[in-house]
Amino acid sequence: MNSLSLGGLLFLLAAGFSLIFGLMRIANLTHGSLFMLGAYVGVTTMRYVPSLAVAALAAGLSVALFGGLLERFILRKISNNVLSQVLVTLGVSFIIADACLLTWGGDPIPIPTPELLQKPVRLAGFIFPAYRLAVVVIAVVVAIGLYLLMDRTRLGAMIRAGVDDPEMARAAGIPVSRLFTTVFCLGAALAGAGGVIAGPINSAYPGLDADMLPLALIVVILGGVGSLLGAFVGAFITGFVYTFGVALLPDLAYVILFLPMILVIAFRPRGLFGKFAA
Amino acid sequence: MKTALAVIVAAALLPLIAGEYYVNLASQIVIFAVFAASINLLLGYGGLPTLGHAAYLGVAAYLSALLYLKLHLAHWAIAPLALAGTTLMAGVFGLIALRATGLGFLMLTLALSQVLWGTAYRWVSMTDGDNGLRGLARPAPFGLNLNEAMPFYYFVLAVGVLAVWMMARFVASPFGATLRGTRDQPRRMSALGYDVWLIRWITFVYAGFWGAVSGLLFVYYHKYIHPVSLSLANSAEGLLAVIAGGSGTLAGPLVGAAIVLLLKNWVSAYIERWNMLLGFVFVFIVVFMPEGVVPGVRRLWRRYASRA
Amino acid sequence: MAALRIQGLKKAFGGLPAINDVSLEVAAGERRLIIGPNGAGKTTLFNLLTGDLPRDAGSIALFDEEVSRFSTSRRCHRGLARTYQIITLFPQDTLEHNVALSLLGLSRERWSMFGRLPARFYADARAVLAQVGLEAVAHRPIAEVAYGEKRRVEIAMALAQKPRVLLLDEPLAGLSREERGKVKAVIGAIPRETTVVMIEHDMDTALDMADRITVLHYGRVIVEGTRSEVVADPKTREVYLGH
Repeated sequence: MNSLSLGGLLFLLAAGFSLIFGLMRIANLTHGSLFMLGAYVGVTTMRYVPSLAVAALAAGLSVALFGGLLERFILRKISNNVLSQVLVTLGVSFIIADACLLTWGGDPIPIPTPELLQKPVRLAGFIFPAYRLAVVVIAVVVAIGLYLLMDRTRLGAMIRAGVDDPEMARAAGIPVSRLFTTVFCLGAALAGAGGVIAGPINSAYPGLDADMLPLALIVVILGGVGSLLGAFVGAFITGFVYTFGVALLPDLAYVILFLPMILVIAFRPRGLFGKFAA
Repeated sequence: MKTALAVIVAAALLPLIAGEYYVNLASQIVIFAVFAASINLLLGYGGLPTLGHAAYLGVAAYLSALLYLKLHLAHWAIAPLALAGTTLMAGVFGLIALRATGLGFLMLTLALSQVLWGTAYRWVSMTDGDNGLRGLARPAPFGLNLNEAMPFYYFVLAVGVLAVWMMARFVASPFGATLRGTRDQPRRMSALGYDVWLIRWITFVYAGFWGAVSGLLFVYYHKYIHPVSLSLANSAEGLLAVIAGGSGTLAGPLVGAAIVLLLKNWVSAYIERWNMLLGFVFVFIVVFMPEGVVPGVRRLWRRYASRA
Repeated sequence: MAALRIQGLKKAFGGLPAINDVSLEVAAGERRLIIGPNGAGKTTLFNLLTGDLPRDAGSIALFDEEVSRFSTSRRCHRGLARTYQIITLFPQDTLEHNVALSLLGLSRERWSMFGRLPARFYADARAVLAQVGLEAVAHRPIAEVAYGEKRRVEIAMALAQKPRVLLLDEPLAGLSREERGKVKAVIGAIPRETTVVMIEHDMDTALDMADRITVLHYGRVIVEGTRSEVVADPKTREVYLGH
């Protein structure tokens, strides 16, 4: 169950990253710190409104707003230079990390599990912690939601067109700039909300961003860029491998973590389901 | 060439006029300059943006520390072993990272170095995790005592000059010309008969080697190594040095290294949160002066002067 | 023995066949012109020949040696050279450095990590530039010379390697009448040791340079033959009037 819930969390984290990279060709290195920022915002929200759901919503919205401002006012200015965009997101991630340290201090702050989900649940003869099961359910729901968004809505169609062929999409009259901002906000929202949802398992602590970012990268490289299915499958494989790695060889769990990524890269540089090679 | 000699002479004269604090600072600058220059081989000359170069600095440092602490080898044996081990690792990492180019390459180098960073924290039995490894010693080549600031500085300066000189030769060689070609027009170069992948891989390994050298100098200076040296922040500082000084030349990263370290030292006396400042400086330089501080300042000054 | 033999070459993008079962043979020393309207697959064909694009099916043989599994650089070492439709030179470098890079590509010297590029490379580069009438500007950076001169540098770079088969991708595109004359003279002066295959989409300009002509349309060979045969063939006119 731990591996499944980790997979679910990784999906929430990586889906946004993959979307942003797939559409805008921006490797958003801020993503880990957006996740952390969301967790901290959730902490503060829960001091006033003790509901995890509200906290997740608040985090998602505020981080989305932050992301939107970042994209609109900084990233767009340097949209011609891909490396510059990456470096800016790197710089911003440092700023966010230190700002969080200043605002919330250096000690880890736990996020309480919601009352309803504190008791273990019986399923198919096994006992599972209810919250971890909830995380998996949430991840699946979000995955389905994103799939429907991509497949059934106009926005989704535009995004898919943009991922497949940005030049063509522009020529076809798709408002690419607004689309970019929207997608960045969506990705950021997923990260922020994800941070809160992960809260009861991870807590909010300085360094959460640095712990999460490589995981997001590994999931996206493994699963392939710009593919929702890739992010989903990649997340669960990574979660699975990491959990078992930690159990078998705790010291070298990190090394085991990147084994599937290396194997996939060696044989398929575009990842399992990627639209294009990164 | 003449400026280079002038700089070296000035650097050599430094301990005669400056106190211990500044000599130590200068040592750190030289070490960091070698690190930055090795990054620039990939970024500026190869067109391969790497975010994981701290891996080579860190691994060389850790190997040196571990061989000293656990196997009690002598320094003249440790150094080549640490360098060889790290360079071998660079070879393997290059095989993985070069399956992609551009952003994919960047993400792979980042992922690989982050994995090493995480491992350094968790493999407590080997690395003592967050405590780092201490109780290390500086080498004593030919019996020289390098524990004082001045002799160590001359040692570092000698190695640094050698390193930069060799990198300069590399860049000016026919191979260097082909490397620049693969940066500008990789497809064209293939059609002209060049094995672009192999050229990049060789450069990757060479850059990793010099990163390892900077790692050895680093661990000798501090006599201590901690996982933070493998962090993304460390790679980013090196990258910042390259960008600040300008990636187009060999001297750029050296100037950039001096700027970044001096800034860091001066600032940390007043501000506790260096990382945040690092972030702001990053964003500022990348957005407003992407070609480097020196050309950028010149350009902005010209624009300001013409408007006045 | 044919200089270039293509058999059953196929390449599709997604569901769209760009090259649809193309077979052709170019004799040694021949000047072959490949024409066809835009989208006929001419540049795709070149990309398949050089290896810039991997083929889906079919074989490519250079002087009876199967090269379809070779990498682009290896094909170059077997004597294949090409120019590009879009200028892909090294803009910050001088003309002679550009051509020197071309000469270096086939030399062992390219792996040397010490010393500098020997002066003979630049001397040989200047000689090649003289062949295309550009030795006067050999010291200028590419960014500073005119478009027509850049096109001639493209050809110089390919000629420098003394290729057995030379692929010219729309060498006359976008040139003024005077420049076109110069480039045609350069192409005409290429020795018969080099087989030349040329793409042009405007038939009239290149007609007199070719021994045989292949007409491509929607990735298929529609007509092939000597100048007069192709001009007389009604299918040729259909292809051009129809679009």
